[in-house]
Amino acid sequence: MARPLPQISARPDAPWFTLLNALRDAGHTGVKEGCAEGDCGACAVVLVDGMTAPARPRAINACLTLAAAVADRPVVPADGLGGPQALHPVQRAIAANGGSQCGYCTPGFVAAIAEAAHRTDWVHEGDLDDALSGNLCRCTGYRPLREALRATAGSRPNDVLASLAATTPRPASVSAPSPRGGFWAPATLEELWWIQRDHPDAMRVAGATDVGLAINLHGARPHAVIALDRLPELRGMDADADRVVLGAGEPLADVEAFTRTELPVVARMLRMFGSRPIKMRATLGGNLANASPVGDLAPVLLALDAHLVARSPRGDRTIAMDDFFVGYRATALAPGELILHASIPRPRPGQRHGAYKVSRRREMDISAVAFAGRVSVDANGCVIEARLAYGGMAATTARARATEQALLGRVWGPDAATAAGASLDRDFTPLSDVRGSAGFRATLARNLLLAFAIETEHDDFVALPALPTATVVTR
Amino acid sequence: MSRTETAHLSAALHATGEALYADDCVPPDALHATLAIAQSAGGRLLAVDLRAAAVTDGVVAILTAADLKARRTIGPIRHDEPVFTDAEVATWGAPVALVVATTREAAMQAASQVVATVEGSPLPPDLASADDAGIYLTDPHVITWGDVAAAEASAAIVFESEVETPAQDHFPLETHASWASVSADGSVHVVASTQHPTEMAREIAAVLGLPEALVRVEVPRMGGGFGGKESQSTPMGVWAALAARHTGRPVVVRFDRRQHMGWTGKRHPFRARSRAAFDATARLVSHTVDLVSDGGASLDLSGPVMDRALFHLDAGCFTPNGRFTGRVARTSRPSNTAFRGFGAPQGLAVTATVLQRAARHFGLPLEEVWRRNVYTEGRDVAPYGQVIEDPRGAAVLARVCSQSDIEELRREVDRFNASSVYVKRGVGVAVATFGISFTNAMLNQAGAVVNVYTDGSVRVHHGGTEMGQGLHTKVATLIAARFGLPIGRVIVADTDTGIVPNTSATAASSGTDLNGAAAMHAADAIAERLATVAATSWGVDPSTVRFEDGSLHSAVGSRSFADVAQAAWVQRVPLSAAGTYATPGIQYDRVAGRGTPFAYHTFGAAVVEVEVHGLTGEHRMRRIDIVQDCGRSIAPLIDRGQIEGAFIQGAGWLTTEEVRYDGLGRVTTLGPSTYKIPSAGDVPAHFQVTLLPNADAPRVVGHSKAVGEPPLNLAVAVPAALREAIGAFGPGEPILGLPASPERILAAIDAVRRG
Repeated sequence: MARPLPQISARPDAPWFTLLNALRDAGHTGVKEGCAEGDCGACAVVLVDGMTAPARPRAINACLTLAAAVADRPVVPADGLGGPQALHPVQRAIAANGGSQCGYCTPGFVAAIAEAAHRTDWVHEGDLDDALSGNLCRCTGYRPLREALRATAGSRPNDVLASLAATTPRPASVSAPSPRGGFWAPATLEELWWIQRDHPDAMRVAGATDVGLAINLHGARPHAVIALDRLPELRGMDADADRVVLGAGEPLADVEAFTRTELPVVARMLRMFGSRPIKMRATLGGNLANASPVGDLAPVLLALDAHLVARSPRGDRTIAMDDFFVGYRATALAPGELILHASIPRPRPGQRHGAYKVSRRREMDISAVAFAGRVSVDANGCVIEARLAYGGMAATTARARATEQALLGRVWGPDAATAAGASLDRDFTPLSDVRGSAGFRATLARNLLLAFAIETEHDDFVALPALPTATVVTR
Repeated sequence: MSRTETAHLSAALHATGEALYADDCVPPDALHATLAIAQSAGGRLLAVDLRAAAVTDGVVAILTAADLKARRTIGPIRHDEPVFTDAEVATWGAPVALVVATTREAAMQAASQVVATVEGSPLPPDLASADDAGIYLTDPHVITWGDVAAAEASAAIVFESEVETPAQDHFPLETHASWASVSADGSVHVVASTQHPTEMAREIAAVLGLPEALVRVEVPRMGGGFGGKESQSTPMGVWAALAARHTGRPVVVRFDRRQHMGWTGKRHPFRARSRAAFDATARLVSHTVDLVSDGGASLDLSGPVMDRALFHLDAGCFTPNGRFTGRVARTSRPSNTAFRGFGAPQGLAVTATVLQRAARHFGLPLEEVWRRNVYTEGRDVAPYGQVIEDPRGAAVLARVCSQSDIEELRREVDRFNASSVYVKRGVGVAVATFGISFTNAMLNQAGAVVNVYTDGSVRVHHGGTEMGQGLHTKVATLIAARFGLPIGRVIVADTDTGIVPNTSATAASSGTDLNGAAAMHAADAIAERLATVAATSWGVDPSTVRFEDGSLHSAVGSRSFADVAQAAWVQRVPLSAAGTYATPGIQYDRVAGRGTPFAYHTFGAAVVEVEVHGLTGEHRMRRIDIVQDCGRSIAPLIDRGQIEGAFIQGAGWLTTEEVRYDGLGRVTTLGPSTYKIPSAGDVPAHFQVTLLPNADAPRVVGHSKAVGEPPLNLAVAVPAALREAIGAFGPGEPILGLPASPERILAAIDAVRRG
C-alpha cells in the first residue's frame, strides 16, 4: 500500500527549513538528498498546486522548497503513489524495465514521470526529455527511464494525484509569526502590504529556487520570510495583437507552455532554461528580480523591448527593461515594490528575432553565453533598428550598443552580422570562469549573432527542432 | 530459471522509495559528526584552535589526532592517510578534527569555526608540475617486449602522440555515509555505504585497537559506487566508530555533495607520450608509451590503477614489439582512486587515438584499422606475455558493424557533410578488450553462506556488496537455478562481515564471478545432500536427481524442494553450507613485467554517430550501437543496464564532465550545477545494445562473463566520432582536447580550418 500523505511540520521559528529535511524527518526517507542544489532531482516530489483550477500536479525539488510554503498543501512523494506490493503504473513501468539500478534517484524519477502521466501538452519528442530534465541518474544511461516515460506519459491514471487534483482548493493565506520573525504567505496583495509594513526586513520569495541555494549552500538562515506564491494578482497570461502580458508569479513552466504559441521566442529560450522541476517553482518575476548576470530570460525581454509593471502600496509604475538592471545583482525596484507583470511587444511582421543559449550540457545548465536579438529592417532589407542583448558577457544582462550601431544601415544577413560582430569587443570584456574562458565567450557572442543572421536572413523567426544538436539552427 | 528478463530484486523497493540506504536507518538518538579541515592545500600543521567550535551550541565532542590511541593512519595499500592530520597537510580537505553534535546543522556550524594554522608550501597542484619536479608515489612499472628499434626501422610510418585524459567525479547519487554504534562489550557495529566492508572493519579495528572479530560492518545497499566507495568510504566508518566509542552514542558521518566532491578522489588523470609504428598494411609493429598519472596526495589504489592502464595500452591489439612504462605522480589534489575501468579506459584512449591517426594516414575507415589489429588466433600474445584465449574482438566488431550498417552510415554522413556548412557529422568506432581479475592475485577470492530452511526458502550471504549493479539479483538467479526454484524463494541478505569475513572489495567487475562461484559451491554442497536424501527415499542414484520447477525429480518420482528440505532436517542433514572460491591460474611478476594477470578477457565493440555544430561547439550523439560479450548472460536485462549505463558514464567522462581545480589543487566543481554528468537528453533515441550470442564462457560461473567495467571503455568511440566530425570542417588533422566541451570542440574546429 502507498503511504498516507506526509504530515509536514511548518516550524515558523525556522522558515528556511526545507521540504526535503521536513519529509526525511517525518520518515519519508525515500526522498533523497543528492545535491541540495536543485540539479539532481533525487528529492523530487509532486506538489498538487491549487493555484490553478483545476489543481495541477507539479514535480518539484523538495530541497529548494521551503517546508512552510507547502506545509498546508498536498505533497506526494513516491511512497504516496504506491507501495512495493501495489505499484503505481509509473513505478511498475520503471521497475519492470530495468529503470532502477542503485535506486537512489528512482523515487525522484517516479515523481517526475508521474507528473508527466497527467500532462496533456505534448508537442514533440523533445518534450519527453524535458520531463526528465530535472533528474540525474548515474547508473542506467536513461534508456529504460525514457521508455517508462513514453509508456505512461499523458495516460492520466486514476491515482492519488488525479483525486487530489479534483479536490485541492486554492491555498489560503498563512500567518505564522515567531519570536524571531516568522513565515507569511499572503493570499492577496492587500495582505502583503500590511505584512511588509510590519516586517520590512522579511525576505520575499517566489519559488525559492535561488533562495533555496542560499540556504543549502551558503548558510542563509532568514528568520522572516514572505512567500509570494499564493498571490492571484501575480498570475495570469494574456495576449492581444500587439502585446503579450505575463504575470510575474507565473511558474516558468506555465509561461513556456503559454508562449509556445503566443510568443515562441520566449518559449525557445525557456526550453533550455533550468529544468522542468525548477520551472515548476521558479517564476518570471523571481528570475528578473534576482538580476543574475546570466538570467536567461532577461536577454529575451531586453531584446524585445519589454517593460515591467511594478506595484507598491503607492500604486503602479512602469519600468522599461532597458532601465531595470542597475548593477551586479541590483535592480531599479524600490524596497517593498513588486513586479506585477511583464508586458512584451509582439514582434511585428518582418522583425527578425531569436533567442540562444550555449552551455556545457543542453539541459539544466547555466549558460556560458545567452543571447537574444530583435532586428527591424526597411523595405530594402537594411537594418533600421537593432536590439542585441547578452547574458554572461558582463556584470548584468546588457545590450551590445556599439554592435547595434554597427548594424544600422547594413543589409541584414550573415555578412552584416560578421562585420558588425567585430564591434562586440568594444561592448564587452567577458570574464573566464568555470563555464568558459573569456576568449570562448567572445567567440560565442560573435557566432551567435552570425547564427541569428543566418537563421533570420529570410524568416522572422526559426523554431528549434525536436532534439536539437545546438542552440542555433543552421546547416 | 530462464535467463531472460529478471529485473533488479529491489526494483519495487527502489520505485516506492522504501529501499533503505545507510543514512535512512540511522537510530533516532544518533549524534551527527562532520569534519573540520585544514583549509590549506599543504604544509606543516602548527596548531588547531578548537575553542570557538567547542562552545558552539549542540557540540558534544571534538576528536583530533590526540584521541588516536592505536594506529593513526589508514590506506588500502600503504598506510599513508592520517585519520586526523597532525603533521603534514598534503591536500585540501585534510581532516584535523571531527566535530560531533546533536544535529548536523550544529556540527557543520562548529566545524566551520575550527582554525588550523599551516605553514609551508603545498605539493605541486597538477600532474605536469609534479612530473617536472620529479615527485612520485611509485617507481616505474615497465613492460618491455620484442625489439622496438628494429620494428621502427622497418615501419611504414611512426606517429608521435601526446594524449591526456581527464579526471572524472564518480557522482554516485548517494554521497559517502556511515554510522556506528558501540555495545557495552566494546563491539562495534557499523552500517555503511561501502564497496569494501572488510577493509573498513579492519581499519576500524586497527585504529580503535580492537580485534577484528569485534567489528562488524554491514552494507544494506549503496546508491551507486563506481569505485569511489572502494577505498575512500573507509575513513567514514573509522570516524563514525571513533566518535561512537568516544561518546557512547550512535554517530553518523555523512558527506554532503560539496564535501564529497571537494574532499574525495576522482578517476586518475593520465598523460601519455606515445610512439607507434605501423607497417604498410596499417598493422601496429611497435608501440612505446610513457604513462604518468596524477595520484593525488596519497597512494590509495594508484599503483594497481597504473598497472591496469599499462595492461590495457594494447587496446586488445596484437603489438609484436614495445615498451610500456608507468609512474604515479604525487600532487596536492585529493587522492585519486578507483573508478569503473580502473585505468583501462585511460590506457585504451591512448591507443585508440593512435589507431585513428593511422586510419587517417592510410585512408582507411577506422573499423578496418581495428579489424586488422585486434587479437586473433596466432596473433594473440599480450605485451605482458599472456595468451589471449578465445579472442572475440573481431567477432564483436564485425557484428556491431553490421548491426549499425556502418558502410551505409558512412555514406549518409558523407552526403550530409557535403551539403552542410556549419554542421558536420562523424562516425566513431571502438573495440574494448578488458582483462578480468584483480591484478593482485590475493584479492581473487570470495566466500558465501547458503542456508536452506525447512519450508524450502533460501537465504544467501556472500561477501559482495550491492551498489545497483545487480550482483544480488545475479547471485539469486544462479542459486535459484541450482535448486530449481523461482527466484522469489531466494533471499540475498545484506552484506555483513560478521557472517562472511575477509572479503575482497566488490570491484574489478568480479562481483558475480567470485561471489557467485562461492555461493554456488555452498549451494552445490547442500544440493548434493538434498539429492541424497531424495534419492535414498526413491532408491535411485543421487547423481540422477534433477532440480526443476520447485521440485526434485528422478525417474521414479518427484518431491517438492520444501518437502525434501523438511525431510533432510528430520534426518539431521545440515541445510547450511559455506562456500569459497579462488580464481585459478593467475600470477604476475611485476619486476619482469610478465605473467598471466587475468582469468579471461571480455570483448565489446561500439559504433557511434555524432553531429557537431561549428558555430557553438555543441554536439549530440545521434546513434549508439554496441555489441558486448557477456558470455552466457545470467541476467540479460541487468547486463544490458550495465552496458548502457557504463557507456553513458564513459561518454560523460570524455564530453560534458569536467573536474576543475584551482592553482592549489583544490576542486572547484563542487556540485551538479557546475559538474555536468550526462542527462536524459544527451542519450540518443537509437541506442541499440546486443549481447554477443553463442558466447559461453565455460570457466566462469554460469558460463557468463563480467560486465561492470568493460563497456565504459567503449566510450572512446565518442571522441573518435567527434574527431571525424571536426575533421570534416577543414584540411587539418583533428586534435581534440578532453573532455570535449563546446569550448574545446570549437577550438579544434578552428585549428582544423586553419589546416
